[in-house]
Amino acid sequence: MERNVFVSRRRIDGFDVSPSDSAEAHVLAVDDSLVDRKFIEKLLKISSFKVTAVDSGRRALQFLGLDEETSSSVGFDGLKVDLIITDYCMPGMTGYELLKKIKESSNFREIPVVIMSSENVIARIDRCLEEGAEDFFVKPVKLSDVKRLKDYMMREVRFGSTNSGGTNKRKLQESCDLTSSEPSISSLSSSSSDSPSRSPISPSSAPSSIPTPLDSPVRRLKMTNAGGLI
Amino acid sequence: MDVMIQLQRQLREHSAFLRKEGYLDDQFEQLQKLQDESSPDFVVEVVSIFFDDSEKLLNNLAKALEQKAVDFKQVDAHVHQFKGSSASIGAMRVKNVCIEFRNYCEAQNIEECLTCMQKLQFEYSVLKNQLEYLFRLEQQIRAAGV
Repeated sequence: MERNVFVSRRRIDGFDVSPSDSAEAHVLAVDDSLVDRKFIEKLLKISSFKVTAVDSGRRALQFLGLDEETSSSVGFDGLKVDLIITDYCMPGMTGYELLKKIKESSNFREIPVVIMSSENVIARIDRCLEEGAEDFFVKPVKLSDVKRLKDYMMREVRFGSTNSGGTNKRKLQESCDLTSSEPSISSLSSSSSDSPSRSPISPSSAPSSIPTPLDSPVRRLKMTNAGGLI
Repeated sequence: MDVMIQLQRQLREHSAFLRKEGYLDDQFEQLQKLQDESSPDFVVEVVSIFFDDSEKLLNNLAKALEQKAVDFKQVDAHVHQFKGSSASIGAMRVKNVCIEFRNYCEAQNIEECLTCMQKLQFEYSVLKNQLEYLFRLEQQIRAAGV
């Protein structure tokens, strides 16, 4: 599987991401909001990641060297990107479109991509996961979310598996369950997904023992897609 | 010494007041937790960016609502941005007005949108004053401790 190739390629390059050493990991953060960029940058730095923050999908592609105008495949300052975390709603290129471009690229499709959004829309989450996003964080992003990013890199290096089972979708399940019980289907309207307060779960705790309901949207998605059909 | 104690008490009381009245929510506390020796002014920096952003957004909103034929999608886009940034710093009341505002944008109800605009301007001004007072207290405490 592709991820195993990714693992061995990393080892061949001598780039060893050991569990305790995430100081080497470089995250490319994409968000058009300056407030959010400052915030995510801080969260990432506190979690010992190197960060490059850009304000658009276009700039992210330029940084990676994927922009149509350039043909080079090296990030423009030579730093490898180990993970991309991007906002969904951005003018010009959305996070989803950026995700697609990355997954379509032979050079960069191995890079794990995480989507962030202030809107907890099930159809949106599903679409992103189907396109290959590792996870979907509801904004405002928590430190515990960012700390989990290491798992995506770790998992690939140590286990080489694409499917992370249910664990790193835990946050998704929590955030899906917290909003209205009626999932908004295809529209991006916020009326059914917005709620004034975030959740009864304390933001500083990372509950690992909350049972994931069988009818959670992500689990349903996995079950229906068991045959690999989308 | 007395001055310091008094200032600290004022800071505690003001912070508690802001939380209790819903001006700020947990997210503001998350921001404060991120402040450390490597970024001792982190909260002030982020909030300053928020103030700049907000003032631009409010201007853009006012212009958009003044149009003869109001482009509700455009208005909604601005409010969506405002909602996002206010949520990111924990500005709960402002965020809640944004949520209400977006519903009226969707309904294309100009009267209610204009009312929300006023509410938004009001809540934002109040919040700005409250936060500036908070930051002043913190600054005074730092100065008194030197």
